[in-house]
Amino acid sequence: MSTIKLKYDIPANDFVAAGEASSNVKKKLAQIGIAADKIKKAAIAMYEAEINAVIHANGGTADVEICLDRVVIAIIDNGPGIPDLELAMTEGYSTASDNIREMGFGAGMGLPNMKKYADKLDINTEVGIGTKVTITVYFI
Amino acid sequence: MYIKELMQIISGELLTNKIPDLSVKVQNVYICDLLSWVMSHAQKGDAWITVLTNVNVPAVALMTEVACVIIPEAIKAEELTLKKANENGIIIIGTQLNSFEISRRIIDSKLLS
Repeated sequence: MSTIKLKYDIPANDFVAAGEASSNVKKKLAQIGIAADKIKKAAIAMYEAEINAVIHANGGTADVEICLDRVVIAIIDNGPGIPDLELAMTEGYSTASDNIREMGFGAGMGLPNMKKYADKLDINTEVGIGTKVTITVYFI
Repeated sequence: MYIKELMQIISGELLTNKIPDLSVKVQNVYICDLLSWVMSHAQKGDAWITVLTNVNVPAVALMTEVACVIIPEAIKAEELTLKKANENGIIIIGTQLNSFEISRRIIDSKLLS
């Protein structure tokens, strides 16, 4: 199988579109016969990253590469960056606003969930520049 | 238990258009209103009870592969939410009952596998 490359825009403040990219990747992985538990891991980690980009960073882009043995998902934004990554990785820590919390987000579990479901998680962030979250899920 | 059995037990009303797959079984119940928490803990085949009705609910249901979503206490679901659920084959059931009463009836039915 050759590498499948997918690219998505993540529009700002658009929660409807935010789910679209992850569900599209989920469907794609199912189509090519990836195991259900691996698909779930990739889809949830990606959805959390997308939602973060929507909530915190005025949207961004998602670059997805599906290879024979793995999927690599890069969510890139030009948002404010994360000043204290260690603190942001703490379960329960959140800077989300009240209206985001009312939607059921902002529990401080987005990054911890990405860590939980990704086999490999890389976060490059710089204050004032943006954040790149790279999620890798291995199929075998 | 099958979705139709569940609906009968909890006096539920199907809010989405149809049950895409009649063979889908509910294996357990999960109750939570924090979406990331749900994504971390809900299991495939759960009936997920939540008071949330926004458009993220069908997205989370899709990711977690829950069997269906139950909206308790006659809370009205948003149109956009139902539209997105229909597009993705997510089942949303509404009921007058609260979360505890839904759970009690499901347990009393002894139909959970």
